[in-house]
Amino acid sequence: MPLIMPYLRKVFAIVAKDVVAELRTREMLSSMFVFSLLVILIFNFAFDLRAENQKTLAPGVLWVAIAFAGMLGLSRSFIMEKDRGSIEGLLLTPVDRSAIYLGKMLGNVLFISVVEIVILPIFVVLFNLSARDLPLLVGVMILGTIGFAGVGTLFSAMVIHTRAREVLLPILLFPVVIPVMLSAVKLTAAILDRLPFADVQNWFSLLVAFDAIFMALSFILFDYVMEE
Amino acid sequence: MSQSDRWTGVLLAVSGLLMMVAIVLVFGVSPDPVNLQTPVERFSQRIFYFHVPAWWAGFLAFLVAAGAGVLYLINGHERWDVIGLSSVEIGITFTTMGLITGSIWAKSTWNTWWTWDPRLTTAAIGWLMYVGYLMLRGAIDNPERRARFAAVFALIAFLSVPLNFMAIRWWRTIHPVVIGSGSADAQGGFALGPTIRMIFFFCLFTFTVLYFALMSLRLRTEWLARRVEHLKQQLIFR
Repeated sequence: MPLIMPYLRKVFAIVAKDVVAELRTREMLSSMFVFSLLVILIFNFAFDLRAENQKTLAPGVLWVAIAFAGMLGLSRSFIMEKDRGSIEGLLLTPVDRSAIYLGKMLGNVLFISVVEIVILPIFVVLFNLSARDLPLLVGVMILGTIGFAGVGTLFSAMVIHTRAREVLLPILLFPVVIPVMLSAVKLTAAILDRLPFADVQNWFSLLVAFDAIFMALSFILFDYVMEE
Repeated sequence: MSQSDRWTGVLLAVSGLLMMVAIVLVFGVSPDPVNLQTPVERFSQRIFYFHVPAWWAGFLAFLVAAGAGVLYLINGHERWDVIGLSSVEIGITFTTMGLITGSIWAKSTWNTWWTWDPRLTTAAIGWLMYVGYLMLRGAIDNPERRARFAAVFALIAFLSVPLNFMAIRWWRTIHPVVIGSGSADAQGGFALGPTIRMIFFFCLFTFTVLYFALMSLRLRTEWLARRVEHLKQQLIFR
C-alpha cells in the first residue's frame, strides 16, 4: 500500500494535467463530439436508416461513431505533447514510464467517455430507443473504451515518431481492436434486443479478456516505446 | 558466408523437390473426396492441399516474427530485427497466397469470390495488420527505433490473432447459418481418409520447408542490403 499510493498520485497528476489542458482549450472534446454526431448523421444517408432496419444497424452506427471519434482523441493525445515540446518535460519527470502510460490512458478513457455520455442520449433519441437501456449501454461503452484506449495510447505514443503520424494510427489500431469492436457491437445489440446475459456471456468475457491482456501488454511495452 | 550459402542452396533444392512430389501426389495420387457431388467441386477441393499449408506457413511466420520481437526487446540485437522483418514479409506472401487460393475455391464452390463470413473477414483484417507493420517500418527513419517499434507491433499483432479466432468460434455458436459455409474450410484436411490425410500432412511439411528456404534467402538479402547501407554511410562520411 505505501508504495502504491505515491504511484497513483503521479498517475493522477498526469491525468489532471491533461484535463486542465483540455478544459482551457476544449479543442479535443468539442471536435470529437461534433465528429461523432456527424458520423451518426452521415450513416443516415449512407445506409438509408428506415424504420425496419434502424434497430439492427444502431449498434454498428454507434460503435463506428465512437471508434472514429476516439481515433481523433487518441491521435491528438501524444502529438499535442510533441508539438508543444512538452513530451521531453514529461519524460524528465521523476516517474516510472508506466505511470505516464497509465496517466495518458486514463485521460484518453476519460475524454472518450465524456463524449460518449453526451452522445448516448442523442443516439437514443435519434434511433428511438428506450432510455431504460442507458445504464447497461454506458457499462459496455466504458469496457469498450478501455480496450480501445489501452492499445490506442501505446500506438499513439509510437506514431508521433513516424513520418506519417496521425495517418498511421488508424491503420495500426483498427485491425488490432477488431475483437473489442466485435464484442462491443454484439453486447450493444443484445442490450437493445433485451437478450438474457447468458446469451452473450462469452462476448462479455472476450471484451474483459482483451481489456486485461492488452492493457497489461501495453503497460509493459510502453517502456520500450518511450526509450529515448 | 559460404557455409550459410550452402545451407540456403540445400534448403531451396529440398523444398523444390518436395514441392514437385507434392504436386504429383495432389493431382495424380490423391483420390476424389467422396462427399462432394459435382466434378468441379471434387477437383477444386484439391486446392486445400495448398490453401491450408499456406495459412499454416503464414501463421508460423508471424509466430516467428512475434518471438523475434520479444527477443529484440530483451537484448536489442540487430539479428532479431532482421529475422522479424523477413518473417513478416514471407508471412504476408503466404497469407496472400492463402487468400487468393481461398477465393478461387470459393468461386467454384460458393459461386462467389468473397463472402462476408467472419472467418474470411478476420483473415483479411489479419493480413492488413501485417501490411500495417510494413507501413510502420517504412515511416520511421531511425533504424534503432524502427526495429524497436516493429518488435512491439509484431508482438501485439500476433496476440490479437487468437482473440480473433475465439471470436469467430463464438460467432458460429450464435449464428448457426455460418457453420455450414465455414466448417468445410475449417476441417478441410481432417475429416478425410488416410491417403488424403497423408498427402495433406506431406504438403504441410513441404510448405514448412519452403518457409525456411525462403527465410534463409530473405535473411541473406536483408543482411547484404544492410551491409551495402553501412558501406555507403562509411563512404559518405569519409
